Amino acid sequence: MVYEVPKKDGATDPEVAGNPGGFPLWEVFIRANRGLNHVHAGSVHAADAESAVQAARDVYTRRSEGVSLWIVRSTEIHASDPDGSDAWFGSEHPYRHPTFYELPDEVGHM
Amino acid sequence: MSSDQAVTTASTPEEHFDAVIGSGRTIEPRDWMPDNYRSTMIRQIAQHAHSEVIGQQPEGNWITRAPSLRRKAILTAKVQDEAGHGLYLYSAAETLGISRDEMMEMLHSGRQKYSSIFNYPTLSWADVGAIGWLVDGAAITNQVMLTRTSYGPYARAMVRICKEESFHQRQGYEMMLTLANGTPEQKDMAQDALDRFWWPSLMMFGPPDADSVHTEQSMAWGIKLETNDDLRQRFVDMTVPQADFLGLEIPDPDLRWNSEREHYDYGEIDWDHFWEVVAGNGPCNRERIEHKVRAWDEGQWVREAALAHAAKKRDSETEGAR
Repeated sequence: MVYEVPKKDGATDPEVAGNPGGFPLWEVFIRANRGLNHVHAGSVHAADAESAVQAARDVYTRRSEGVSLWIVRSTEIHASDPDGSDAWFGSEHPYRHPTFYELPDEVGHM
Repeated sequence: MSSDQAVTTASTPEEHFDAVIGSGRTIEPRDWMPDNYRSTMIRQIAQHAHSEVIGQQPEGNWITRAPSLRRKAILTAKVQDEAGHGLYLYSAAETLGISRDEMMEMLHSGRQKYSSIFNYPTLSWADVGAIGWLVDGAAITNQVMLTRTSYGPYARAMVRICKEESFHQRQGYEMMLTLANGTPEQKDMAQDALDRFWWPSLMMFGPPDADSVHTEQSMAWGIKLETNDDLRQRFVDMTVPQADFLGLEIPDPDLRWNSEREHYDYGEIDWDHFWEVVAGNGPCNRERIEHKVRAWDEGQWVREAALAHAAKKRDSETEGAR
């Protein structure tokens, strides 16, 4: 998953690009239910972590969408380079997949 | 060559962008995109966000006067949803590199617009029902299409919003049902609300295709998947039977079923009126912006206090760690 760090062309600090002088930006992750991962839902602006959690609850979970929230400062997320994504994620290694191996029918389900 | 291969074999950023759009996949924030795509997306998402936020005002007008605790709780929840929808959308727009404060400033100064439908007053309690039924109904018709729009964060915000809009429309229609089956005065009130909100609701889909400056490019970029007129027709076809069921009359003498087209024909829309409202001369344009600016200005000290509190807490934590 490539995280979405808001960034202006040429800007290095997403927070400064995101909201100069205002509340910093926080990314919101929600665990929809026990047994599931936290998944990115969006972002909120808040002065500190405590109020960011409260804002995330009000904005993203008004209808029991989650049982747990994570809040991360947007500036603390480091992402892979989208331009290099083909080289990073595109390599083909068919022998890593089970369908690469042809077995006789007599062996049955495996 | 499959569309997937087209994406991986694209050699320039433009080719990659076109191939992703062509294969029906989404453009994500850090992808290269044409400058015009970025500015179109910012304009559209910001306008959509502003509409949700300004849209709180006409309905908020009735919260304190809702006729029962049930209706009051429902209306409060709905207005809170509109605020939430605005925030999902601002969050999506920010991934394009515009700040929240810039968008606020552009709304306040009139450089970015919001939907003209919110420039009409809510004169009676029935207007709250008509807005839920017609305005949210029209919005859903548009927004269902936008769940498949080409910019990922916008599409995902739309999915979230569509899940919630259905409640908005159903509560509005339920209100209209109650009024239409009530006393003659209540039924008149429902009819009057329909009379006033019908045409503005049809205008929500934007100018006719022939006059729409953005449609062609927006469709080529997968931002829009259907035209204004097609969406408007779908809304009319859906809504006429609902009005019949209420026993209310749609204020259009030219409205009739066309068995050849298998659609309802409807009368001429007064586009001169529409452009007047867009230009700022609707019944409530000034009031809406004045109220918004006042709320923003009056909240300034709260935002400053919250930042000061956060800074103070951070300082005392650093001192404690020493």
